[in-house]
Amino acid sequence: MKRILLGAGLGVAATLALAAPAQAAKTLVYCSEGSPENFNPMVNTTGTSFDVSLPVYNNLVQFERGGTKVVPGLAETWEVSEDGLTYTFHLRKGAKWHSSNDFKPTRDANADDVLWSFNRQWKKDHPFHKVSGGAYDYFNDMAMPDLLKSIEKIDDYTVKFTLNKVEAPFIANLAMPFAAIQSAEYADALQKKNQIDKIDQAPIGTGPFQFVAYQKDAVIRYKAFEQYWGGKAPLDNLVFAITPDAAVRYAKLKAGECHIVPYPNPADLEAMKKDAAINLMEQEGLNVGYLAFNVTKKPFDDVRVRRALNMAIDKKAVVDAVYQGAGVPAKNPIPPTMWSYNKEIEDYPYDPERAKKLLAEAGFPDGFETDLWAMPVQRPYNPNAKRMAEMMQADLAKVGIKAKVVQYEWGEYRKRLQAGEHQMGMLGWTGDNGDPDNFLHVLLGCEAARPGGSNIAKWCYKEFDDLVVQAKRTTDIAARTKLYEQAQVIFKEEAPWLTVAHSVVHMAVSKNVVDYKMDPFGIHRFYGVDLKQ
Amino acid sequence: MLRFILTRVSLVIPTFLGVTFLTFLLIRLVPGDPIEVRVGERGIPPERLLELRHELGLDRPLWHQFLDYIGGVLQGDLGVSLVTRNSVFSEFVTLFPATLELAALAMLFATVVGLPAGIIAAVRRGSIFDHGVMGISLTGYSMPIFWWGLLLILFFSVGLGWTPVSGRLDLLYYVEPVTGFMLIDTLMAGEYGAFWSALHHLILPMIVLGTVPLAVVARMTRSAMLEVLGEDYIRTAKAKGLAGKRVIGLHALRNALIPVVTVIGLQVGTLLGGAILTETIFSWPGVGKWLIESINRRDYPALQGGVLLIATTVMTVNLLVDVLYGVLNPRIRHSR
Repeated sequence: MKRILLGAGLGVAATLALAAPAQAAKTLVYCSEGSPENFNPMVNTTGTSFDVSLPVYNNLVQFERGGTKVVPGLAETWEVSEDGLTYTFHLRKGAKWHSSNDFKPTRDANADDVLWSFNRQWKKDHPFHKVSGGAYDYFNDMAMPDLLKSIEKIDDYTVKFTLNKVEAPFIANLAMPFAAIQSAEYADALQKKNQIDKIDQAPIGTGPFQFVAYQKDAVIRYKAFEQYWGGKAPLDNLVFAITPDAAVRYAKLKAGECHIVPYPNPADLEAMKKDAAINLMEQEGLNVGYLAFNVTKKPFDDVRVRRALNMAIDKKAVVDAVYQGAGVPAKNPIPPTMWSYNKEIEDYPYDPERAKKLLAEAGFPDGFETDLWAMPVQRPYNPNAKRMAEMMQADLAKVGIKAKVVQYEWGEYRKRLQAGEHQMGMLGWTGDNGDPDNFLHVLLGCEAARPGGSNIAKWCYKEFDDLVVQAKRTTDIAARTKLYEQAQVIFKEEAPWLTVAHSVVHMAVSKNVVDYKMDPFGIHRFYGVDLKQ
Repeated sequence: MLRFILTRVSLVIPTFLGVTFLTFLLIRLVPGDPIEVRVGERGIPPERLLELRHELGLDRPLWHQFLDYIGGVLQGDLGVSLVTRNSVFSEFVTLFPATLELAALAMLFATVVGLPAGIIAAVRRGSIFDHGVMGISLTGYSMPIFWWGLLLILFFSVGLGWTPVSGRLDLLYYVEPVTGFMLIDTLMAGEYGAFWSALHHLILPMIVLGTVPLAVVARMTRSAMLEVLGEDYIRTAKAKGLAGKRVIGLHALRNALIPVVTVIGLQVGTLLGGAILTETIFSWPGVGKWLIESINRRDYPALQGGVLLIATTVMTVNLLVDVLYGVLNPRIRHSR
């Protein structure tokens, strides 16, 4: 035993000895929650895999650090035609590609790379379309195949996108991870060597960090890219230490083995707040959890019933119990961090007596029987739907409503809700592109109210729909903001949902970390972050 | 002898088929297929779902999929992971050395500590030491691995700062994997600091994974020794005036070891099973952690291939133990 301890001591000594000269290099260790599928955001849908590819790539446009505002990326400027159908992007000159042992770039990023990257996702006969599974979920979900008419190279540094219809959120879509730009030259080189799969395993990008190595399920290493067009990152190295268990991540943070920890256990939050070495950051997530009333079914076709239910449930108690400090009650269908959020709106108060009166007016003095669907899985906007359903059930019983909790397997659950089989159903949404259209039109518009559509209240209300459709066809942000604010007023009056909560996302960050900003999309970005020496 | 070996090998075939069939069926009984677990709130258009299912071959009848799979396996093709698109076999081979290294050290730990503890407990039967060893081993045997692992991390890594919390190597080091065994790779690279770091990282997971086998070995050794110590030839040896240590070390232990060796062989299954949890706690990049993720992502080929390869390993070890046992003890060989 003595020998083992001595060995351990030597190990520490050796580590320290090596650490001393290396101290000049700043290495940030991020304890990530899981392993990525690969290093290409085009083919993935999880935050875990976006996190690992974002350091490497750039998009034409990108979201500002810590916000949802769209700022220039590889495109320095862009203009939209009068009719809103043509977008012309002027690319940045001198944006360098990373190099590796296998690939030395001979040119800077240009229009060929932009065309190559979009065509890979769009054209089924593209030589790289099938690589890494070829399921471009986000490209399809954002309706790009329907939207895009053509993408043309005007010259080496100018690209023109032509759309089939006006779509104001298009620019925001291009800032989403799936729209990353890969190197056409690298692809050619790999094709010649018959190694096309490597494009998503050993990524080459123009981003602030260069990929170094991935040891499967253990460690991902990056180094700062000296020639990054935005200036070299303050960090020298970035390391992802893959640590799936939340309790172990916290232990690593305390032991100084990592600097930044995502997704802490709710039970650890109190201790983290008290820890002087940890900065516990929090932010409302870009999401909403809600209970939708199926307005095509009785008695929810009556707005008085929907309002009564909004008053019958003690929302604050539900949120406190279910989210345990990691959620805030929601009054609007869009989260407070999103532009056009209407602060003026007042939520329905918790008032069972008034709820009873309204129900009596609607012809239900003794209440009624209904179903209450709850998700079988934990989602970012709702950690425990079953518990939430039980609490709501108890509140509803107080006004005479007997609600039966219904659960199905997740895939089945979603399908049946979208088909409109329920009377009351819980669901939620996490924003994709930071645009209000992504909530208000996608979840509450008439187009989505069709069977199988994502408007699960099946609520098609002309006055509301006109506003959100008009906002989609307007490119001026100020004008759109007014339209969305108005739409939220109508939403509240008509009450197709009981808006439950926006979850609050936490990050535990060591006090040595300087200027880490939480991202509203729940993605973790490290360019601009520094470490105190 | 050859006939004995052939009989043992022929018994492996139905087990192999059974394991393949059960894994194939069980993962498909879990609700949600690989495509649906990926889809979020938005859902997926039915025609797109059909298209993707077709690409993955999930639209064919189950028996057809199973026959295809078996056909592939017999030709040495375990398929491609649905998530990473890499060959299942190459992923397994990349990760398995980490599991093997951990399991081997855990077994070493269990034997080195468990054997002497069992012997002393048997010799001093009824003493405080005996009760202590038996009590501790019962506790060890019943300890939930997850809880035990976290407890050790909080005490030794966070509280005392003696051991690293998780991982295989300090992040300061980067050693190119050659064999996949960190202790060997670091030595081959001539990085002695990295070697110590790897050893250092092995301590806690080794103890956690080795705890159950340790308890089993200690208890088994004790009872085997007690049985042997009551035999006539031990009494005779003592009566001849042989020294106590010599009687125990030479005459008793040799015979007592036979069942203990068998038990150690059987622990391979327990170790690989326990590795799944241990690897998750200690972020150990082995096959256990990989299997858990494959279940969550419904990565059918990865899970089936992984379980099959682990089962093959366990069966091979058991076969070797059986054969070895037959060599050591001719009575076994002839009774079959």
